[in-house]
Amino acid sequence: MKIGVVTFPGTLDDRDAARAVRYAGGEAISLWHNDADLKGVDAVILPGGFSYGDYLRCGAISRFSPVMEPIIDAAHGGMPLLGICNGFQVLAEAHLIPGALTRNHELHFLCRDQKLTIENTDTAWTSSFSSGQEILIPLKNGEGAYMCDDKTLAELEGEGRIIARYVGENPNGSRNLIAGITNARGNVVGLMPHPEHAIDSLTGPSADGLGFFTSVLKALVG
Amino acid sequence: MALDTVAKAQANPDAAQPFAELGLKPDEYASIKEILGRRPTSSELAMYSVMWSEHCSYKSSKVHLKQFGEKAVKTDALLVGIGENAGVVDVGQGYAVTFKIESHNHPSFIEPYQGAATGVGGIVRDILTMGARPIAIMDPLRFGPADAADTRRVLPGIIAGVGGYGNCLGLPNIGGEVVFDETYIGNPLVNALCVGVMKHSDIKLAKAAGAGNLVVLYGAKTGGDGIGGVSVLASETFESKGPAKRPAVQVGDPFVEKVLIECSLEIFAEDLVVGIQDLGGAGLSCATSELASGGSGGMKVQLDKVPLRDPSLSPEEILMSESQERMCAIVEPSKIARFLEICEKWDVTVNVIGEVTDGNHLEITWNGELIVDVPPRTVAHDGPVYQRPLAQPAYIDAVAKEIINVPVPATAAEIKSTILQLAATPNLADKSWVTNQYDRYVQGNTIQSQPDDSGMVRIDEKTHLGVAVATDANANWSYLNPYEGAKLALAEAARNIATAGAKPLAVTNCLNFGSPEDPGVMWQFAESVRGLADGCLEMGLPVTGGNVSFYNQTGSVAILPTPVIGVLGVIDDVRTRTPMSFDRGGLDLYLLGETKEDLAGSEWAYMHQQRGGVAPTADLQREMRLIDLLVAGRTKKIFAAAHDLSQGGLAATLTEMVLRHNVGATTQLENVGISLLSETPGRVVVAIDPAQSAALISEAAAQKILLTKIGVTGGNALVVNGASISLDELRTAHTQTFPKLFG
Repeated sequence: MKIGVVTFPGTLDDRDAARAVRYAGGEAISLWHNDADLKGVDAVILPGGFSYGDYLRCGAISRFSPVMEPIIDAAHGGMPLLGICNGFQVLAEAHLIPGALTRNHELHFLCRDQKLTIENTDTAWTSSFSSGQEILIPLKNGEGAYMCDDKTLAELEGEGRIIARYVGENPNGSRNLIAGITNARGNVVGLMPHPEHAIDSLTGPSADGLGFFTSVLKALVG
Repeated sequence: MALDTVAKAQANPDAAQPFAELGLKPDEYASIKEILGRRPTSSELAMYSVMWSEHCSYKSSKVHLKQFGEKAVKTDALLVGIGENAGVVDVGQGYAVTFKIESHNHPSFIEPYQGAATGVGGIVRDILTMGARPIAIMDPLRFGPADAADTRRVLPGIIAGVGGYGNCLGLPNIGGEVVFDETYIGNPLVNALCVGVMKHSDIKLAKAAGAGNLVVLYGAKTGGDGIGGVSVLASETFESKGPAKRPAVQVGDPFVEKVLIECSLEIFAEDLVVGIQDLGGAGLSCATSELASGGSGGMKVQLDKVPLRDPSLSPEEILMSESQERMCAIVEPSKIARFLEICEKWDVTVNVIGEVTDGNHLEITWNGELIVDVPPRTVAHDGPVYQRPLAQPAYIDAVAKEIINVPVPATAAEIKSTILQLAATPNLADKSWVTNQYDRYVQGNTIQSQPDDSGMVRIDEKTHLGVAVATDANANWSYLNPYEGAKLALAEAARNIATAGAKPLAVTNCLNFGSPEDPGVMWQFAESVRGLADGCLEMGLPVTGGNVSFYNQTGSVAILPTPVIGVLGVIDDVRTRTPMSFDRGGLDLYLLGETKEDLAGSEWAYMHQQRGGVAPTADLQREMRLIDLLVAGRTKKIFAAAHDLSQGGLAATLTEMVLRHNVGATTQLENVGISLLSETPGRVVVAIDPAQSAALISEAAAQKILLTKIGVTGGNALVVNGASISLDELRTAHTQTFPKLFG
């Protein structure tokens, strides 16, 4: 299975995401922001970083990159798409998922090992987990507070579209401790913490993050 | 003022020039005239003034720094030595690693965020310039008292600046130091270290070889920022109508640098450059003169081809601008098309600004008129050299006579209170508030970071080869005895590498001192350099480069002499490293090394306002045996954990160990007060499975290292001679200090 990993100018975690795909048993294909070509991939990851230096708003410029056009089309058609951190911000800017990510409530960049509970295991990216499973993966962001209006929040809660929630103290001020959400179809997932940094306990706090990548391979094989 | 040209300088030899405002002494100005056989043009004067500044020319320190070459050990590990942008060492398997540390102290005091940010940016470009991919950064920082108003002003900005720039570059921050002392008030120290990795064949040098090759400037456009580190344009002599009195602090854009890194690495991978230099201090003046003197000898530059952010900049300003995120490459004409293509792919601004020539002339023109014609070596390397007067300051003998008078705990209540006070004091308290603002995970190769003894990154995913880096300075000891202090800092940094089982390989340094015009400070500096050079020779470690920062003083009060020593080590398999703490009970705890009554310069003495006494003497032979023991302990799988003793002594080490994985320990110590507080160098606590005790005893005996069993691991408390502190209470004391002060 081929998983595309997009590199925008200022993307940082692209090589980590590609490594995670390989660890999970997939083939990672590098996609360039300026090429409107998905190279026949079966799924796409928008990795973390500071694309376009976070200028204007996080993700606001990347969302208009040539590569995003076919990605948005394919996502509407059901292709699995995961946005991690800055990738989550790009998904929000592209309106593939509702809401927005804003400045952490303590106004600092925050990097720490974060416990999450997985609450929806029906998406393309979370089926390897068990419902309610607690995992430990790195969180690192300056603008990770998930915000949306009350109506959207009620929809997300009511439809079970909050896929992961922070455990314990709210690290960044996200509404309802939201760490990740999915679209109605369950193929697009936005996640603020970094599963690609937790694929091996040698270099991460655990190997819990690998589940996101094995999930998509499982979903693609059907 | 109209354009000053070489023709005008010849025609009008006696025109008055503002050399003093540019920071040049009358005799320095006279030697420029002698070199050129005429007065310099205003552009030439600008170039000489920045290149002959203390920062760029090392004019006060050169006579001392040459010891690093004279006393150098013979080693095959050193692939590129002092003199290039950064030294390069062989770490095996075809890999070469480059690392260097630099200061950005003064800018960080004036503008904490940008000062610290561009400090990171500058050192990263130095590493990139060697042809390496930057893989990690560290940042040793020093501030005034933690509760001082000015510390509250500078610290949050400096931390945010280090994080803001480093995080955006995608470089894991794997350690550093945060130290408080009243002498740093008004003089915060911001040192930044970067490590990079490459294959041997990819090493790049700063040389402009091959007449006819092109001089290419790429990266950010040139602006008016960063001019005036030597208060050059404040005089407004050059251009009374132009933009004046610009901020002296450079403003960084990490996004531009990240793109520049990826663009450069792609260019290097296709072998498109003959030589390369980053633009840092002294900007184009430095890059052109260093490249030319490192290569064929000559260069022609059309300065009007330099792309500008501000079109009103004068040629003098363009030559002196320290705008960030710029690189200068020497490219063969046959490869320029591909070079430009890669820059276009990354949307990086690029311009051919000149060509390499034979001979000995750096000629710079402005719209066709010759404004600079100098022998480049005279700008880059033949600056003034001073043998500054030095004299042992009077305080040295006075403090040596002082008797340390501090409370030494004996009862259970005193022991408990002492350990809790040390755990909470700002110099020893948990630094997560700082390090949680830095990305330590990016690139996916971080094995160790703060609070481990050293930072460690994997450089090969298949073989698991890795490197470890530690930086250390003990300014309290350097104050009492700068010669021993430098050696002790070297020993500590090397030990911090070895506790994980890595083998120390090479040394870099950042020497932070007061004014070199004060003979007492100059003596501290000379003694520190002598100590470091002697120490490196004895330990067989080459010095690969470094940085000197003088003038860290307010009025007549200089900072403590602060030679920050960085040591790089190699570990053949990062999976086998010895962790800094234990994650289970039932292990035996041993202290390696002898404890003496070393309270002079200790944290406990500092907490009781006692700064005198006699610093310990470094026993480097014993340190080397200890290192061998630590490395053997890893390879023979004897250790479950190993952690260095330094500031705060055994009390701090035990605190850090039990809190790391929330597993307690019970210890019984002889002479408990001194055992907890003493900072005798050359000591390590190890945890072993009891089944390994015979192996440990035999290894320690072979290396003649004193071994003392001090306790066992397990439980929910740290128990010392019956005094029990619950881990919760200890954790609260250790972790609340920073959030309370700065949160």
